[in-house]
Amino acid sequence: MSDERAYPDEVADEFPRPPREFEDGEGRTIEVRAWEGEHGPGDDAFEAVVEMYVEFDPADRAQGVPPVGEERIREWLENLFEQDGYDVLAWDDDEVAGHATLVPDNESTYELAIFVHQDYQGAGIGTKLIEALLGHGQEHGAEYVWLTVERWNRPAVALYEKVGFDTAAAESFEMEMAIRLN
Amino acid sequence: MKVLLGIGGADDSLDALHETVERAVETGDEVTVAVVENPDSDRSPEDIVEVARETLTEAGLEADVRQLSGDPGSSIVQLAETEEFDQIVLGGGQRSPMGKIRLGNIAEFVLLNARVSVKLVR
Repeated sequence: MSDERAYPDEVADEFPRPPREFEDGEGRTIEVRAWEGEHGPGDDAFEAVVEMYVEFDPADRAQGVPPVGEERIREWLENLFEQDGYDVLAWDDDEVAGHATLVPDNESTYELAIFVHQDYQGAGIGTKLIEALLGHGQEHGAEYVWLTVERWNRPAVALYEKVGFDTAAAESFEMEMAIRLN
Repeated sequence: MKVLLGIGGADDSLDALHETVERAVETGDEVTVAVVENPDSDRSPEDIVEVARETLTEAGLEADVRQLSGDPGSSIVQLAETEEFDQIVLGGGQRSPMGKIRLGNIAEFVLLNARVSVKLVR
């Protein structure tokens, strides 16, 4: 499946690098920061991310992620963070409003996923968060990024198109989109 | 129940094989295994036929294993219809690096085209 993926020839413009601070559509001050260094159970940031996913609306799940239930969420996150990708978090004070991640697939391709907690959706956070993630990956030399999205999830598809993703494969239930960062 | 298990050799189809065999031992389901060519799998159909035969025999079931040629999805659907199976069983998809489930092309075709119930094994 992945070998049929078509990446754009054109390299995307430079994305803003994290950290970024802004006021969201609801007047909250949100700070988007790269999450660097080791992260594991017990860290404040890790626990705040777990808390966001525990409260995450199951109706906003996509293709089985995030999993439901704290134990499964912890297992999933530990596995995700072991893979040495890039992570960016949107903070409202000490609460995590959103998380975006690039998970390495091979040396130059990364799978992207983004999750915004339901209390923070529709306030412009997703756009800032995904731009910061792409900027962070670009800064570190990531070249190709792909994602899958359920084709009926119009708001998500619109967000990906807005930041520059192209459709890479569309013959399955989920469509694949791709961007070239470097 | 007459169950047709379609496998192509991806990891999820081997999980489906084990689950189906275990269940058949408990329930007395009649299992036929259809081995198809899955371009996404590294294992050859001949190897998969062998694995399926061994798994069924070890469980004490009749080793009804067929190797189908042609388009994998439509050959499974066609066999299910011509031999009046009650259910088609398939692997439930593979996980992407970040854990998203992705259905294989064969599963998508069978889900949309089969006239009998389709079970995806997770």
